[in-house]
Amino acid sequence: MTRPRVPQLICPAGSLPALKAAVDHGADAVYLGYRNDTNARNFAGLNFDHKAMVEGIRYAQSRQRQVLMAINTFAQPGRAADWQRAVDGAVDLGVDAVILADVGLLDYASQRHPALRLHLSVQGSATSYEAVNFAHREFGVRRAVLPRVLTLAQVETVIRNTPVEIEVFGFGSLCVMNEGRCWLSSYATGESPNTVGACSPARYVQWERSPGQMTTRLNGILIDSFGDDEPAGYPTLCKGRFEVAGDTYYALEEPTSLNVLEILPEIARAGVAAIKVEGRQRSPTYVAQVTRTLRAALDELARDAQHFHVKAAWQATLAKVAEGSQVTLGAYSRPWR
Amino acid sequence: MSFSIPRFKLPGVLSTIGARLPQWPHSLALASALNVAARIGLLPDDSLALLEGRSFLVEVLDAGGQACFCYRDGLFRPLFTAPASPDLSFRANLSAFLQLLARQEDPDTLFFNRELSIVGDTELGLVIKNMLDAIEWPQLPTLPIFRH
Repeated sequence: MTRPRVPQLICPAGSLPALKAAVDHGADAVYLGYRNDTNARNFAGLNFDHKAMVEGIRYAQSRQRQVLMAINTFAQPGRAADWQRAVDGAVDLGVDAVILADVGLLDYASQRHPALRLHLSVQGSATSYEAVNFAHREFGVRRAVLPRVLTLAQVETVIRNTPVEIEVFGFGSLCVMNEGRCWLSSYATGESPNTVGACSPARYVQWERSPGQMTTRLNGILIDSFGDDEPAGYPTLCKGRFEVAGDTYYALEEPTSLNVLEILPEIARAGVAAIKVEGRQRSPTYVAQVTRTLRAALDELARDAQHFHVKAAWQATLAKVAEGSQVTLGAYSRPWR
Repeated sequence: MSFSIPRFKLPGVLSTIGARLPQWPHSLALASALNVAARIGLLPDDSLALLEGRSFLVEVLDAGGQACFCYRDGLFRPLFTAPASPDLSFRANLSAFLQLLARQEDPDTLFFNRELSIVGDTELGLVIKNMLDAIEWPQLPTLPIFRH
């Protein structure tokens, strides 16, 4: 009997201590980005300046881990050169791959740096093998990250019909998952992940406290209000509570985190090359907790896939750090489809 | 095994007493500690520049203590009277602050669980949070007492 191939574990790094936490706790690769709008986690004070980037890459690669650089927003009119420079810079730094979404940038990178390994970002919104194979044929993309909208059976269909490695999300905050095509944030603020690298940019967010409750506004628009004992989520429009036909509820999406521990054996069997942890905006503590847990689960799977079972302690750790303090299998499990 | 800070809440009487004590020593102590951290290079200059002229309130709910300070001309300065509306306030029980500082819990986790409240300028809050996350704490000495 052959041992199942276990997916690589790809962990988020929004800072140097987070990168070190990921490497120290068993990530096979880390992903990171510049401190600017070429990066879909362009938050104040987050990410890497040049010095931290050099040290982080050295730290990971000297321990035989890979560094993937996310340049995963869309080049804005008149500023394509900024995104091209970001790709050139990644090559100079010696990263193991770049994660791109913009078709124009993929074209630039493949022509200018033929040896550079290209990953198609989740923001590239490729949900079918035709889309993945297009990126492979035109730009030589070696891996694609699938949006969190597919069932496990659909993920398997993509894998069976493409030579491109497939990466899926394993843990982290969920949104409506219309990745690369979502304009909800722009509707309220004029800015979105695809344009400025942030959903619900912080300067538009107001948390207001009053006795017994906290309300959240985005650019003045009331999104939600929480009683003192209710768990909170990120201040995004898709996770707001709205009045629909007389009922007020999470009309689009509940604050929750994806967690694939339960279906890890199926994911490995389907031939998924890598699972990714969301959360470059979170602290080194989160990165350490989640990386350690998923590493333990993957090692257990590699050791004995037949008798793999999810430990209660793993689930407890992941549920604690989850948004809204709850987890879901998300689109992977849609029995009604 | 490493030491772990439990989740606890101080007895209610402490917040009653604590709130009646003078608050300026907390402000002075916190501002001084931050200045030391800045001087030894733990806090990056580009993030510090974003704090210029802003005021902060840190309130330890179950201890009844609070610290107020501002950042002006490159120094953290204690404020001996709390501003009516500081640019940013952090409120939590002592255990949550200790867990945060020890990197035992993640600030977003504490926020989701409603154990940490952040009110005021959200972007400023993000700058502070990310500045604290990016600090590379010096390694603890490997004395036998730290090894369990």
